[in-house]
Amino acid sequence: MFAYIVRRLLYAIPILVGVNLLTFTLFFVVNSPDDMAVSQLGDKYVTPEAIENWKQKNGYDKPLFLNPDAAGLTRLTDTIFFDKSVRLFAFDFGRSESGRDITSDVATRMWPSLAVALPTFIVGIGVNICVALMVVMFHGTRLDRGAVFLFVALMSISYLFYIIGGQFLVAKTWRLVPISGFHAEGQVWKFLILPVLVGVVAGIGAGARWYRTLFLEEAKQDYVRTARAKGCSELTILFRHILPNALIPILTGVVVLIPSLFMGSLLIESFFGIPGLGSYMLDAINSQDFAIVRSMVFIGSILYILGLILTDISYTWADPRVRLS
Amino acid sequence: MKPVVLWSDALIYLLVISLAFFFYRLRKDPQTRERWAEVFSSRLGMVTFTVIAAYIMVALLDSLHFRRALENPEGVAVEEVFYDNKVTSVFDLLTGGMGDRFERTYSAPFALLSFEKENLKDEHGADVRDYPPLRHAGQHLQDPSQRGADVLAKTVTALFWGLLLSALIIGPQWLLLRGSPYPWQASWLVQGSIICGGVWVVSLSRYYHILGTDLGGADVLYQSLKGIRTGVLLGTLATLIMLPIAVTLGVMAGYFKGWVDDVVQYLYTTLSSIPGILLIAASVLLFQVYIDLNPDFFAVGMEKADAKFIALCFILGVTSWSSLCRLIRAETLKISQLDYVQAAHAFGVSHTRILGRHVLPNVVHIILITFVLDFSALVLAEAVLSYIGVGVDPSMGSWGNMINGARSELSREPTIWWTLSGAFFFMFALVLAANLFSDRVRDAFDPRTSLRRAGA
Repeated sequence: MFAYIVRRLLYAIPILVGVNLLTFTLFFVVNSPDDMAVSQLGDKYVTPEAIENWKQKNGYDKPLFLNPDAAGLTRLTDTIFFDKSVRLFAFDFGRSESGRDITSDVATRMWPSLAVALPTFIVGIGVNICVALMVVMFHGTRLDRGAVFLFVALMSISYLFYIIGGQFLVAKTWRLVPISGFHAEGQVWKFLILPVLVGVVAGIGAGARWYRTLFLEEAKQDYVRTARAKGCSELTILFRHILPNALIPILTGVVVLIPSLFMGSLLIESFFGIPGLGSYMLDAINSQDFAIVRSMVFIGSILYILGLILTDISYTWADPRVRLS
Repeated sequence: MKPVVLWSDALIYLLVISLAFFFYRLRKDPQTRERWAEVFSSRLGMVTFTVIAAYIMVALLDSLHFRRALENPEGVAVEEVFYDNKVTSVFDLLTGGMGDRFERTYSAPFALLSFEKENLKDEHGADVRDYPPLRHAGQHLQDPSQRGADVLAKTVTALFWGLLLSALIIGPQWLLLRGSPYPWQASWLVQGSIICGGVWVVSLSRYYHILGTDLGGADVLYQSLKGIRTGVLLGTLATLIMLPIAVTLGVMAGYFKGWVDDVVQYLYTTLSSIPGILLIAASVLLFQVYIDLNPDFFAVGMEKADAKFIALCFILGVTSWSSLCRLIRAETLKISQLDYVQAAHAFGVSHTRILGRHVLPNVVHIILITFVLDFSALVLAEAVLSYIGVGVDPSMGSWGNMINGARSELSREPTIWWTLSGAFFFMFALVLAANLFSDRVRDAFDPRTSLRRAGA
């Protein structure tokens, strides 16, 4: 088990190098260090010397990928790509183009993101399972078909409308909670209720539909037929036999998302003014701050790979027949 | 009149023609016929297909662009013809210039007066502050109180013409398909309602703004209709661009195994580990920078917007092939173990021939299911991307841009609800129809679900 995890972590390195290479190429092929210097200096002060100075100050005065003047291995290491990537691997993200320290920004903004994403995740799974169980109880009836149609209809509404509609109804018409904002002290929950509610409601369509198919899949198994044959009531079958067994695919299916909760949700955070990583990314995209975008891509990839490893581990934990090797 | 062929126009017509050819070739295959028959044997499949077809029709009509010839000024006779800088489409003609009737700013649906007060002069020349009348609404009315009766009368006339047109279109279908076992009646009902609705919209929009106007005074209904082309094209073209990459790499990885498999797996793991929205945003920003650095590339503003649009489709396609590739790789791995493929090997059939004759036809159902499933996801994604600011060009009408421009309107007092409602209705109808239809297609084509049903 331990050896397996170590090996998986080692496998992650070439993938992260690939991710870096891709983002690096994307950013520097079109937006070369010279262009960056020009846009940072402003049109007035553009002279060849000023550009050189800027590049030297910010560490862009080396070749991109290959340094032909150096000898041996330093050909590869004495380049912008190596400098910037190695620092990413040490979790040193450098400074954003507005001069702020990205590492400390990420560390402080992570918590508001988690404060919204974690309750949304847990409440969402609970609500989806309850809704799906209720629908499965009425399997084969008109109610079941109506519910499935409703799930598809809920899936067909854009996320933006859930947010706009939630803000309009709950915050503006009923005046139950503030429309947006976030305070670290005091009544944090007041600001969290609406984003969590919107997140949960928006997820019901897809989530409950998926869980319903998982439950029905389980309901076709032989042990369910046996339970029915020996005279168990339908409720006992549903809660004692189907639910625990269906929790396994549900669990292994959602584990991959857990690390990504740190990243927060782009839309929810920007609409509700929550100072998390999601709105951080959006601001970076809008102000074209590539240093931040590159760091966030790196963090996102690490969290995704972590999610994959967690999924594998959860398989062995949930199903003893699976062995990791 | 000078036709203008935008890249996206050419691509969508190419796609439609190749799809038609594809289905023409497949019409003899009994298994495929049987599966499509299953899709269309339900009323739901028929209805949703009709709705999608209507959307596609509007998108196709909106993709025939031209530039109007400008008339020579009085008394000047020149040989050379000048063309309007504005690109018009056949769809604009059919709607009777709905998009050319601008107001100053917001106005409510069917309103006669503007939504905001302005300084006006009354009959005696004194300054008053009141709601000014709209320029293009209710001009033919002598008295504003006649509006209700006028709308009703025009609705009745429109319905009459709508029913007549429906009869003309549905009649021949009825003659041809009377004895068919499929529930065509459901489709005809939807066709009739869409035609009647269309006639009503076109005839009433000459006198009123049916869904009001937005901040810039543009007709909301017209903008919602223009969003159809953007949504449909994005949903189909992005998948079209993704397909060749995913199919080639997936089939090669599953068939050749070894180092090819390793490379392909590495590629798609790397790509899918990058948060999708960031990758898309980054690529779109880069293309934006590229366009800004080379402004002389495009003749008309519309061509620039179109290039951005194609780039967006391309980016969405290139960043989303990994899931389909994974599915196809797994399926190919299974197929290449089967006896008939092994037998083909033993006979010395070449790799390309085995791939083309034995492997590809057996993964077609995965491609088809992905195509219809991705469509609705892409339409929804467009709205989100436009909100983030990396979607289609603001000059190109799209539902995402409408929502983005209107997101604070609900918090105004009094509430402006019509812009969001327009975008919501047209987007919801398309996505719902596509989702329901894709469910039907998946049920019919996915061997796992169809086997399960046969066993049950």
